[in-house]
Amino acid sequence: MTRKQRLILTIATALSVVFGIVPGAFAMHIMEGYLPATHCIVWGVVCVPFVIWGFFSLKKMLNRDRKLITVIAMAGAFIFVISSLKIPSVTGSCSHMTGTGLGAILFGPAPVSILGIIVLLFQAILLAHGGLTTLGANTFSMAIAGPFISFGVYKLCLFLRVNKKVSIFLAATLGDIFTYCITSFQLAVAYPSEVGGVTASLLKFLGVFAPTQLPLAVIEGILTVIIVIGLESYAKPELRSLGFMKKAETEMDGE
Amino acid sequence: MKNKKNNNKRTVIILLILAAVIAAVPLFVLKGATFGGSDDAGSQMVSQITGGSYKPWFTPVIEKWIGGELPGEVETLLFCLQTAIGTAIIFFFIGRFYERKKMVKLSENKKEQVEDDNSR
Repeated sequence: MTRKQRLILTIATALSVVFGIVPGAFAMHIMEGYLPATHCIVWGVVCVPFVIWGFFSLKKMLNRDRKLITVIAMAGAFIFVISSLKIPSVTGSCSHMTGTGLGAILFGPAPVSILGIIVLLFQAILLAHGGLTTLGANTFSMAIAGPFISFGVYKLCLFLRVNKKVSIFLAATLGDIFTYCITSFQLAVAYPSEVGGVTASLLKFLGVFAPTQLPLAVIEGILTVIIVIGLESYAKPELRSLGFMKKAETEMDGE
Repeated sequence: MKNKKNNNKRTVIILLILAAVIAAVPLFVLKGATFGGSDDAGSQMVSQITGGSYKPWFTPVIEKWIGGELPGEVETLLFCLQTAIGTAIIFFFIGRFYERKKMVKLSENKKEQVEDDNSR
């Protein structure tokens, strides 16, 4: 081996080591082993009633109309796609979205908890992203709290007679942001600062997550509107069965 | 009706471009940024608050199975797989819905034609 070859080999090895050390971690979910065991259990227990509720409401929906499985699968797949896309953000780090807003708007918040858990399990087991011990906490933030806010915002917007597309956008965006607020809160409770306690930690974690997530939440809102437009043009019977579109309403109306 | 459909098409195109721009702009504006995960930032914050003493008490199962960290390329593969599965499901159904709408329209047209013929 010549000196030059050895030099190249050394540089290549050094580079690969450097890049190998950078943890393959991406935003959003609380990392495996990063919550104390008691917290893991508490968050897990909190999730149980919601998941059971979600299971029953999914079952009820399917008993009523078997064909709805297609739209449910699509909403689940939407979460799959959206939460696998890591997007660069203004803070110079990457993060990904939740995608749970769509399901919440279409079916109500409860069934989304089931869809969310499937995605979280996939990522926790195969991708070392999120984790099994933190599954409860992550389920609560992404598959329960986020969708509930989305659903609430959407209903409120409809009540206030806001344009339907704008309502969907706001619901998905705010749901995404709220997921991160909950994540920050969960971390803050687990790691209170010495000075200022939980509040100081909460502000610190929010400071890390919020600026990164804000533009992504906007993208999520946009993508959710797009997929709803697609569904409204091609899946009218299903949306009517869900009560998402009224019988007379054929196209998304502005006012 | 036709007009509205075109409107939707335009909205979708504009929204897609907007989403792409929001995603791409940081890449061009923040030249040289590492674009690591904000999980990283999160764990750094944890060690900052706890004074660097915290060690995760559980390692991801896949890292246990393969006895080390998931190689970057494999991780990319798995993320791609996730995207692919999701996209496949969404567009399989969109395709079915699309054809169904066409068929419904076709059969409606036929029915009308038969009725027209009958009334004549």
